[in-house]
Amino acid sequence: MLKSKNATTKITALVVDDSMVNQLIHHKLLENLGIENQIVGNGKEAIDVHCSGKHFDLILMDMDMPVMDGIEATRTLRAMGIRSTIAGVSSHSSLSEDAQEFIEAGLDDYQEKPLTTAKLVSILQKVNLHV
Amino acid sequence: MEVGQMQRQWVDYTKSLFLEGFLDGQFLQLQQLQDESNPDFVVEVVSLFFEDSEKLLNDLTRALEQPTVDFKRVDAHVHQFKGSSSSIGAQRVKNACIAFRNFCEEKNTEGCVRCVQQVKHEYYLVKSKLETLFAMEQQIMAAGGSIPMLELNF
Repeated sequence: MLKSKNATTKITALVVDDSMVNQLIHHKLLENLGIENQIVGNGKEAIDVHCSGKHFDLILMDMDMPVMDGIEATRTLRAMGIRSTIAGVSSHSSLSEDAQEFIEAGLDDYQEKPLTTAKLVSILQKVNLHV
Repeated sequence: MEVGQMQRQWVDYTKSLFLEGFLDGQFLQLQQLQDESNPDFVVEVVSLFFEDSEKLLNDLTRALEQPTVDFKRVDAHVHQFKGSSSSIGAQRVKNACIAFRNFCEEKNTEGCVRCVQQVKHEYYLVKSKLETLFAMEQQIMAAGGSIPMLELNF
């Protein structure tokens, strides 16, 4: 337990969501797991922050956002060669066409909102970010 | 009133909000995320939700007043509202949003107008309940007590 806690402190994350309610909740969920994180408000800002040279182990990506949505942002990040774990977090059902398009854009995982500690831990485990 | 009695009243009131379906497990998640490093977390999140909701309700009302209603736009607002209400566990608001989206899909203006009223009704109801809850918490704190940990078994 202690080992995994020490390990998680090294993980960095980027929260991409236009809702301030979700920004605050996702920030706190990550922080409570010891994951340092930065917040941006749409897909374009997520691209910009990567262009400025930053790197994150995990990106929590919303789907519906103004300026640039999560699908386009994910596609662009992958085209830029960003290999970070990108988890889509949206209130669309995972079976919906929109969610499928999102997943195909290059997601490693998809979770339906609301995000919880359990869902976040499952994302981390799926991509082996707990080691 | 003594602190113990205030705390018991707080527990009963919180339980009633869950039992009557105003709140769901997601609200408990928020309460569990709150700690000494961030003692006002729940109030902060919920205040943001109030701000967000009032803006969305205005946008929705305006969108439905247009001579030609852009249902895609209405649906986008409702989708956003559904997302934020589910994030804080405002279950009845979320459910009202789900019903609303069906009318958007049908492009049923009359149905949508009725749904805005319903969503507004549920929103102002849960807002007043949460404000009461937070006021009770402030009274407990002012009297030197702490907010009890809630264990709910359904």
